[in-house]
Amino acid sequence: MREILNDLERWRKQGKRVALARVVDVEGSGPRLPGAAMAVNEAGEVAGSVSGGCVEGAVVTEALGLLEAHGEGRVVTFGYSDDDAFAVGLTCGGTIHLFVEELNW
Amino acid sequence: MNLFDRLAEELRAERPVALATVVSGPGVGGKLLVRPGVDPEGSLGDEDLDRVVARDTIAELDAGRSGARHYGPHGEARQDEITVFIESFAPPPRMLIFGAVDFTASLVRVAKVLGYRVTVCDAREVFATKLRFPFADEVVVDWPHRLLERVGDTLSQRDAVCVLTHDHKFDVPALTAALATKAGYIGAMGSRRTTDERNKRLEEAGVDAAGLARIQAPIGLDIGARTPEETAVSICAEIIASHTGHRARPLREVDGPIHAPRA
Repeated sequence: MREILNDLERWRKQGKRVALARVVDVEGSGPRLPGAAMAVNEAGEVAGSVSGGCVEGAVVTEALGLLEAHGEGRVVTFGYSDDDAFAVGLTCGGTIHLFVEELNW
Repeated sequence: MNLFDRLAEELRAERPVALATVVSGPGVGGKLLVRPGVDPEGSLGDEDLDRVVARDTIAELDAGRSGARHYGPHGEARQDEITVFIESFAPPPRMLIFGAVDFTASLVRVAKVLGYRVTVCDAREVFATKLRFPFADEVVVDWPHRLLERVGDTLSQRDAVCVLTHDHKFDVPALTAALATKAGYIGAMGSRRTTDERNKRLEEAGVDAAGLARIQAPIGLDIGARTPEETAVSICAEIIASHTGHRARPLREVDGPIHAPRA
């Protein structure tokens, strides 16, 4: 979260609602360690990353959905995606668990 | 003050802090902000759970680890109704660079990219200026060994000492003092001839074989670096490899997982 602190503080100051996604667990080969974080504000602006670019698009969708629904925080899991076109997942063979929540604390 | 602002404040001040969050089970989203020596702030929704998690979080923070842990509703071990993600924010690792030369400016920049808190130290006032090293967190005009006398005790396995002076008059006392610290990486720049001559002088100064073996000299990995920028990459790559214990060969020539579990 340290890397995206400036963005988080700026967005909060601007009064924008923000969703925060953090890697909480990694199984097998994964590009980022627990604690890797990305944030999406209600305008769709993005800061940080949680993988090597494999799942960020899906996280934005998840984050915006959560903000729109005023939803509770929840764990989202991304696993291995084989060669099936457009399936969201990690090509490296690992599984990552993200906790996505609104940054309202 | 809300928890996020408190966390941001501690991160900016580079003080150790950890955040525990319930990520599944009752009370999801509940948070406990934990700092050494201070009462935890926030709550996970149960007093007993708070007490157990606060204790575990301090241990994780000490070890610089982040990860998920499982508990019963009141913090019971060997149950898993509640998953708590503990995120540790240890202060950034430090790099002390001795010698205010051209290579230093490049090394400061690459070290900053890697998240180090960087101090440049040189006894020569005209060279050790903030103007020459704008990206350094701190520029100190002093003899390296005197700086180490002051801050050496605070260095840990995560920290690095790079001696770029290649002048025995500075190198020998600096390296001798660096060896007395717990710094995880100690490197010294210089040609093979300089390194041999320096090793002789270090031996005369009482450094034993184990001490000499701890010094990475000539500093850096053999990637054919020539410019200050390339040399900085070579040095930082060696520091990463020394922390992970990897041999720094091309991945193509190595079998097994690329992302080995980190200590």
